[in-house]
Amino acid sequence: MAEGRSTGEYWPNEIHRVLKEAKVRQMGYVPDAGHGALIDLFQADREVVSTVLTTEEEGVAIAAGAWLGGQRSVLLMQSSGVGNCINMLSLPAIARFPLLILVTMRGEWAEFNPWQVPMSRATQPALEAIGMKVMRAETAEDLIATVQAAADFAFDGDQQVAVLIGQRLLGRKKW
Amino acid sequence: MNAVPKLARRDAVAALLKDRKDLLVVTGLGSPTYDVHAAGDRDDNYYLWGAMGAAALVGLGLALAQPKRRVLVVTGDGEQLMGLGGLATIAAARPRNLTVAVIDNQHYGETGMQASHTGRGIDLAAIAGASGFVTAVTLRTLDEIAAVAPSFNEEGAGPRLYVIKVAADSPPRSMPSRDAVFIKNRFRAHLGFPPG
Repeated sequence: MAEGRSTGEYWPNEIHRVLKEAKVRQMGYVPDAGHGALIDLFQADREVVSTVLTTEEEGVAIAAGAWLGGQRSVLLMQSSGVGNCINMLSLPAIARFPLLILVTMRGEWAEFNPWQVPMSRATQPALEAIGMKVMRAETAEDLIATVQAAADFAFDGDQQVAVLIGQRLLGRKKW
Repeated sequence: MNAVPKLARRDAVAALLKDRKDLLVVTGLGSPTYDVHAAGDRDDNYYLWGAMGAAALVGLGLALAQPKRRVLVVTGDGEQLMGLGGLATIAAARPRNLTVAVIDNQHYGETGMQASHTGRGIDLAAIAGASGFVTAVTLRTLDEIAAVAPSFNEEGAGPRLYVIKVAADSPPRSMPSRDAVFIKNRFRAHLGFPPG
């Protein structure tokens, strides 16, 4: 069990509930330990189509197509994946597609792998540079409220929003 | 080595769309966008002017959201080469209502006709077939296109990809609106969705 997990053990269930209430019907993801439980919940959910991606920017394009076809979606990735998305984020930026991305942070809290640090440092500035609204949560309680607000902002406010999930909340990676 | 393709791209795209019923069409940046526009501007066309690599995946998201409709993506070899991983993603998703047509002139037409990988032997249809597309073939004539185009209106056993070898010519640009919000809302209105 990861450190600090006990207080937020059920946050993936709550996020899943919040996203269902927000009428999310598609989910795109690159496999990620921090999002693992949420990915499992969506894959078991027959009302949501889950699409596994080879690289994160594919999910930005799929989300645009989903919206063209009348569906709301969510995209799950790690902070390293944000760097893969930048040019593709031109599409929601210029066409004003609603976009909701949940980003698990690496490289910022009890990180043992220095290769995660540069993109971790660049994640928020890079997202803001391409025009995304960035929100951040460090506790499970805050995360649930933040995802709720981000979903409203994205789907009702036609915005592109990323929620950064602090590595402190996710806990220490065990090997 | 195959002969240099002679087929004119505008003729090829017109033939692709000739039997179109209520197909939803997504176009990749550059010449494919101009080619589809030249065949007739329609509300159910979604034109991309950037986000290279996106077209086939916008088509996937649309196909998943609209399982009762058929979706045709018209893109180029340069864009699909940038999105090779996307072929694996589409194949894994297995949409039965998505066809990707790659207009392959073996060059990067927008940037000065530099040779692309497909002109150096890389076979996009073989890559798609190995990925799991249920149909993945290369077409070289209008007759071959005419033989398959009606099937785009029908559901398949899984995703389909056609590479259409065309001459490296540059017909006059036929440009749709570059206002991406307008094109998006026009497309959504066609499907009965409000602006947004």
